[in-house]
Amino acid sequence: MTRPRGIWVIALSIAVAIWLSIVPMPAWAAWARPEWVALVLIYWVIALPHRVGILSAWATGLLLDVVEGVTLGQNALSLSVVAYVGLVLYQRMRMYAGWQQAGIVFVLIGVHQLVNYWVQTLTHAQVVPSLLFLLPALVSALLWPTVMVLLRYCRRRFQVY
Amino acid sequence: MLGVAALLLIAGHFRWEGLERVESAFSVVATPFYWLADVPSRISQWSHHNLRDWRSLAAENERLRKDNLILQAKVTKMASLAAENARLRQLLNSATHLDDSVLIAELIGVSPDPLRHVVVINKGSEDGVYDSQPVIDAHGLVGQVVEVSAHFSRVLVITDSAHAVPVQVNRNGVRAIAEGGGRLDQLTLSHVAATTDIVAGDLLTTSGLGGVFPPGYPVAVVTEVTEDPGDQFLQVTARPLAHLDRSRHLLLVFSENGVPGPEAAAAEEGPAE
Repeated sequence: MTRPRGIWVIALSIAVAIWLSIVPMPAWAAWARPEWVALVLIYWVIALPHRVGILSAWATGLLLDVVEGVTLGQNALSLSVVAYVGLVLYQRMRMYAGWQQAGIVFVLIGVHQLVNYWVQTLTHAQVVPSLLFLLPALVSALLWPTVMVLLRYCRRRFQVY
Repeated sequence: MLGVAALLLIAGHFRWEGLERVESAFSVVATPFYWLADVPSRISQWSHHNLRDWRSLAAENERLRKDNLILQAKVTKMASLAAENARLRQLLNSATHLDDSVLIAELIGVSPDPLRHVVVINKGSEDGVYDSQPVIDAHGLVGQVVEVSAHFSRVLVITDSAHAVPVQVNRNGVRAIAEGGGRLDQLTLSHVAATTDIVAGDLLTTSGLGGVFPPGYPVAVVTEVTEDPGDQFLQVTARPLAHLDRSRHLLLVFSENGVPGPEAAAAEEGPAE
């Protein structure tokens, strides 16, 4: 059993993802903001399932809740669900081709969005106008190959395992 | 098990007041993220200030000079009007209007969720910002503070679907409640009786009822009044005057009427909170 190393790479990638999820976007793109945190988390769960799991997802989600100013626990819940499904699927995910992985990512982030909107309708009594809330899942799935290649490069370059 | 913990936290949002204090204590963590997220716009602002040619500066100076002249003329007239207003109010034995002092704050972030109209400003409890403090810009009412942290706070904008503000028509004093509907360019007035004297073009100002917003700040202009004969109420829509999607500088109003009690704030929020 080798000593785990490179935790700062994981932490930094998650911090950058959180930053990207509050960086201002033009109004026409507001609905299409990719779920950066979920994307990065899915990558780390698949790559290092023995280190990044539901607990890390929960803590990350809590941080994201605080930064985004939403109900405490909302992202913690949805990201834990994503991490759980990721932990169940990681062996299959590693075998898949890029576009197949993107398909799974679409479903995972769709679930993430769905849980988020459930909590929001619970706490804010807002009507969801359309299926527009699934748009981030589509955009994230399209971005998945790029994010995966980038994070894999980081993981190999800094020897995170 | 962690899922249960998350659910408990969400449930705590309804049940337990203390959670809000924990939240605002935690939100210190968010400060560096907002600082970083604001860097691109700060760079563009810096270049706007420092990388300009002499000609455009001179043109702007000229324009500002003219604006200043006009505003000064208006202020001179205003001073005599204010004095007259105070005299008349004394004759009527009613309380005089007090001047509200303001604090300039800068917008450093907007809610990443397009369904929620919440903005983040760079002033917090260290600067004296308090919960449910009114926020305006140069053109009209923007919203109220809903969460205060040490160095930043969140402002719920009047167009958020969980926000309502008591207003009156400037022309005749008719009172109404202006509710946000999730669209940045529209407010709706609910429960306006079909016989009410209200027409398109009427200016709506804060009425001061409810105790959160001081009276007299412009809120919106009525754009459309439709009367459905089968309905008891008029359908009134209005356009907010504040530049909700463009203002970078906002003003926090320190009302001289004192900090309102929590029950007044609760009445202000409307049923949707």
